[in-house]
Amino acid sequence: MDIRLESVSHHYGETEVLRDISLDIPAGQIVCLVGPSGCGKSTLLRFIGGLERPSSGRVLQLGEAPEGCLNPLTFVFQDFALLPWRSVCGNVSLVLEDHGIRGNRAKAIIEDVLTRTKLSDFADALPKQLSGGMKQRVAIARALAVNPAVMLMDEPLSALDSQTRELLMDDLVSLWNRQPFTAVYVTHNLAEAVRLGHTIVVLSRRPGKIREIVTIDTPIEDRRPGDPVCQRKHDLLWDLMREEARAADEELIDG
Amino acid sequence: MADTGLSRNTNTAGPMEVRFRGGGFAPKSRRWVGVLVFVVLIALIQWGTESGWISALTLPKPTDVLATFGELWQSGLLFKHLQPSLTRLAVGAAIGASAGIAIGILIGLFSYVRAGLVPLVAAIFPIPKIALLPLFVIWFGIDEGSKYALIAFGTFTPTVVATYGAVDNVDRSLIRMGQSFGLSWLSIVRKIVLPGAMPGILSGLRISLAIAIILLVAAEMLGAEYGIGAYILEAGALYDLERLFAGVVILSLLGVIVSASIGMIERRVLGWRT
Repeated sequence: MDIRLESVSHHYGETEVLRDISLDIPAGQIVCLVGPSGCGKSTLLRFIGGLERPSSGRVLQLGEAPEGCLNPLTFVFQDFALLPWRSVCGNVSLVLEDHGIRGNRAKAIIEDVLTRTKLSDFADALPKQLSGGMKQRVAIARALAVNPAVMLMDEPLSALDSQTRELLMDDLVSLWNRQPFTAVYVTHNLAEAVRLGHTIVVLSRRPGKIREIVTIDTPIEDRRPGDPVCQRKHDLLWDLMREEARAADEELIDG
Repeated sequence: MADTGLSRNTNTAGPMEVRFRGGGFAPKSRRWVGVLVFVVLIALIQWGTESGWISALTLPKPTDVLATFGELWQSGLLFKHLQPSLTRLAVGAAIGASAGIAIGILIGLFSYVRAGLVPLVAAIFPIPKIALLPLFVIWFGIDEGSKYALIAFGTFTPTVVATYGAVDNVDRSLIRMGQSFGLSWLSIVRKIVLPGAMPGILSGLRISLAIAIILLVAAEMLGAEYGIGAYILEAGALYDLERLFAGVVILSLLGVIVSASIGMIERRVLGWRT
């Protein structure tokens, strides 16, 4: 299933946030959205996931979601959004219960996704007992449980310290290798973008427009920190963003 | 320069341990202090009444109150008074609290209900419910009905306010998460909003139930033969301080028991809180 954005624009009251964004997100690829803070990249992600409606333009699903997909467009949030009163296992089963999946079927799915995210030993732990990295792995396990057609990741690693971030990036790469998934990955961290993105979409500061689309041909499993190709792409992206980021930083926040 | 001179002076004074200044402002559990305060206070009153600088008209002797309490127990009157009071408290508070939680949740969930009922609740909250007792007697009869109504009404408003506040405070990002996984409206309410509002609802109940105990005495002002409230009011009318205090102590104990049981429920149900 592909996703197509057709000239999406958005205003919050008087403030123009996004201007005329047209973009194709092909199946099986990770598309990273980068841009200075306040450029509307998270808003764009919420449009794709149907949590908000753009002022104009359309978000289209091309083709049917694959068989057995419970929730085609599935988010992974920056703040994890785990229910603190449910165990790891309960947090995953939450998203299955509404689809009538209970008992042994649910158990099998939960076991599978917890194994894939290396959480099997923590099934009965409460979120308050987990570190940030583990919490995000639970959120990823929960997302995998509904077998999504497209994963919408909203700065999933931004709340974590840099070591944990490295580890989780490795986890994401190995997850993708085992079973390539489609993802839209919003981040302000260029290192994450060049590590995980097949395509990197650079947005300008508010009102957000597409400035540049950068593709990286190195397969993501072969990318290493300090890899010359990735480093060149990283520098290119930073050159594109430097001035914008500075200007965005000096803007007043209104409303 | 003055600065360097100063620093040189302190340097010659040799190494000095950094003064600790991060203490306090961190409440710790010190259970026995509470008991100690009670014991000291009661001992003081006992000594005062015995030596005579507290007159018998001001305060009764704690030992006399205890004796009265013993009589009450032995004659079986204690349970004769306690039983109807506890029934009134339980029925009234149950009606008031469950209605309050239900309305509070509706206010929290629906904008129209909120717009319609929040001003109404604000209007009835400050009414001293005792003032309405004669009215309740006309509406619900002089028997148990008016007593249930008074206690229910008194617990209702604080419960409503606490509940809709608690629903408002449920983490919006969790609700968003529920929506993003395609959970039904009912599932979101049942599995996200209600458990998320639980801490606020329980702390609201603490206040509501204390108010229920206050109103118990008021409810028994009219047409009650038995009941802790009736007992206290009768003792007050006769200026029988021992009995008055025995009754007051029962109410205090009731309050402590209610508060402790809510504490227990909180520890059981809200173990997930950090």
